[in-house]
Amino acid sequence: MSEILPAPTKRSVEIDSHSINFGPQHPAAHGVLRLILELDGEIVERADPHIGLLHRGTEKLIEYKTYMQAVPYFDRLDYVSPMCEEHAFALAVEKLLGITVPDRGQWIRVLFAEITRVLNHLLNLTTYALDVGAITPALWGFEEREKLMEFHEAASGARIHANYFRPGGVAKDLPAGLTDKIAAWAETFPKFLDDLEQLLTGNRIWRQRTVDIGVFSAEQALAWGFSGPPLRASGVPWDLRRSQPYDKYAEVDFQVPVGRNGDCFDRYLVRLAETRESVKIVQQCLAKMQPGPIKVQDRKFSPPTRSEMKRSMEALIHHFKLYTEGYHVPEGTTYTAVESPKGEFGVYLVSDGTNKPYRCKIRSTGFAFLQAVDTMSKRHMLADVCAIIGSLDVVFGEIDR
Amino acid sequence: MAEEIAPAEAPPPPPPTPAELFSAAIATVPGVTGSHWQHGEITVAASRDSVVATMTALRDDPRFACEQLMDLCGVDWPERAERFEVVYNLLSVSLNHRVRVIVTTDETTPVPSVLNVWPAATWWEREAWDLFGIIFSGQPDLRRILTDYGFEGHPLRKDFPLTGYVELRYDEDRKSVVYEPVKLTQDFRSFDFLSPWEAMTTLPGDEKVFTERAKS
Repeated sequence: MSEILPAPTKRSVEIDSHSINFGPQHPAAHGVLRLILELDGEIVERADPHIGLLHRGTEKLIEYKTYMQAVPYFDRLDYVSPMCEEHAFALAVEKLLGITVPDRGQWIRVLFAEITRVLNHLLNLTTYALDVGAITPALWGFEEREKLMEFHEAASGARIHANYFRPGGVAKDLPAGLTDKIAAWAETFPKFLDDLEQLLTGNRIWRQRTVDIGVFSAEQALAWGFSGPPLRASGVPWDLRRSQPYDKYAEVDFQVPVGRNGDCFDRYLVRLAETRESVKIVQQCLAKMQPGPIKVQDRKFSPPTRSEMKRSMEALIHHFKLYTEGYHVPEGTTYTAVESPKGEFGVYLVSDGTNKPYRCKIRSTGFAFLQAVDTMSKRHMLADVCAIIGSLDVVFGEIDR
Repeated sequence: MAEEIAPAEAPPPPPPTPAELFSAAIATVPGVTGSHWQHGEITVAASRDSVVATMTALRDDPRFACEQLMDLCGVDWPERAERFEVVYNLLSVSLNHRVRVIVTTDETTPVPSVLNVWPAATWWEREAWDLFGIIFSGQPDLRRILTDYGFEGHPLRKDFPLTGYVELRYDEDRKSVVYEPVKLTQDFRSFDFLSPWEAMTTLPGDEKVFTERAKS
C-alpha cells in the first residue's frame, strides 16, 4: 500500500488514546473517587466517575432506626459540614410532626449552620488551592478551622460528628461564655479572609489554573441539577436561605454573591464572598439571640433535663419512652431542602405513622456535581480535572451515602 | 375540582386559593391523573407511559417552568400491585416552587427515562435501578452505581435484609479479598414497638389494640 503513496514529507507521531485510573487513592480526588479518564494524549475525551466506594447503606440503616437515632447518620454524610445535614433532617421531621422550634433554638441553629458553612468553605477553598499547587492556604486555613471546631466541641461535645440539631430544636443550650468567644472570632476572622484573598485572587498561577476552566453556562447548570455556589457562579441568583427561608434566615440581612462566567475561578470567588456573608450572619445571630427554651417543651418530642428526671416520675417515663421507642410521626411525605454549604441538600422523608422512617432518601449535592464532571472536563487537559473537581467541592460521605 | 352545584340563593363561592389554582393548572398537563397538597407541597400522580410528555410540559410551560430535576428516587411498597413509586422532585428557580411527580411501576415494567428532558436524570435512574431494580427504558447507561462491582440484588427493597447476603474480608493466604455468606454472631434484633396494651386514651403506639380488635 505504501508503495503507491508518495513518501510523507512530515513525520507524524501517532498518539493513541488511552485510559487511566484517577484514584480511588488520589489526594486530588477528595476522597475515594475512581475516575476513569479516556485521554487523547493529555487531553480528556471522556471522564467516567465510579462512585460507591464509600457506600454504607445509610438510607437502609435509617429505615431500621427511630427518628432520633437517625440524626447521627447525617453527620457522617457530608463530614465537612455536619450540622447543615442534620438541619435538613430536623426540619423534615418537624414538618411532619407539625411542631415549631422556639426562637432561641432557631437562632442557635442558624448560628451553627453558618459556622459550619465557614468551616466547609475554609476546607474547600484551601484544599482546592492545594490541588492546583498552592500549599500555604491549606496550612493557614486548617488553623482557623480548628478554632471553629472548638466552638462545635463546646456546644455539642464533638469536633465534627456533632449530633447537635434534633427534631424539635437543639440538644442542649450553649455553655456560658461561648457567645463571647464566637463574637471575638467574628471580629478577627475577616482579617484572615483578606490574607487568603491576597494569597490567591491576584495570584498569577492560581488564575492561569482556574480562569476559563470548566465553564458551565446557566442553562447547563440548571439542566444538570446544580445548586449552591456552582449554580450561583454560573449567574443564577438562587439561594434557598433567601428564596425559601427556614428557621430565622428571613430575619437576617445578607447578600447572595453571584458569579458571571461559571468557571473554576468564579466558583472560588463566590465561596470566598459567601464566607464573608456568613460572618455577618453569625454576628447578627449573636446580637438577636435572647435567652429562652432551645427545644420544644412538649415532652412527647424532646427529653426532659437530667435534674428533672431525678425528681419527677413522669419525666423519667418520658425519658425512657423517648430513648427506647421514640416518637411516632404521623403518616405523610415531605421533601425538605436546606442550603448546605455545598448546595441544595434535601431529605425526602416518607412516614407510615410508626416510630421509624419508612423511606428516607437523601438528596446529596455532590451527586449532581460529579455527574457533570464528564461534560465539564471534556477537551480539557488532565491537570484541569483536578481544578474542576476541587472547584465543585465534592465529599464522598454524602455522594456514596 | 369536582364541586357541587350551589343552590341559587347561596352566596358566591370564595375565590379559589393559589393552591387550588395551581392544582387546576397542573390537571391540564398531559398524563397527570391527580394531585394533592400536604404540608404546603404538591404531589402529582402521573401515568407511567406518558411521563416524558408530562415532564417536558412541566419544564416548558411558563406556568410551571420547572427547570431543574432536583431528585429522583424510588420507594418500595411490597403490598401494592405496582410495588414501586418513582418520585421526581422538580424545582422551578424562576417561579420559586417545587412540584413532586410520582409514577408507579413493578419489577418488570420499564419507566420511560427522562434523560432527554434533564440530563441530570442519568445517575439518579442508575441509582434507582441499583437500589430498587426499577428499569428505565431509553436509558443507555443503566449500570449499577452505588453498590460493589458484581453485586447481586437490590438492597433498598423491603424484602432485602439489612445485613445483606455476603460479607468480604482480606484473606492473608490467598492475598486477595474474598466474599463469603454473611455470618452473624448474634441474631439481628428488631423490636416491635407497637404497644399491645389498651390505654385509657388513644395514645400514639396503641394502634395494635385496634388492629387486633378488628381481626377478632
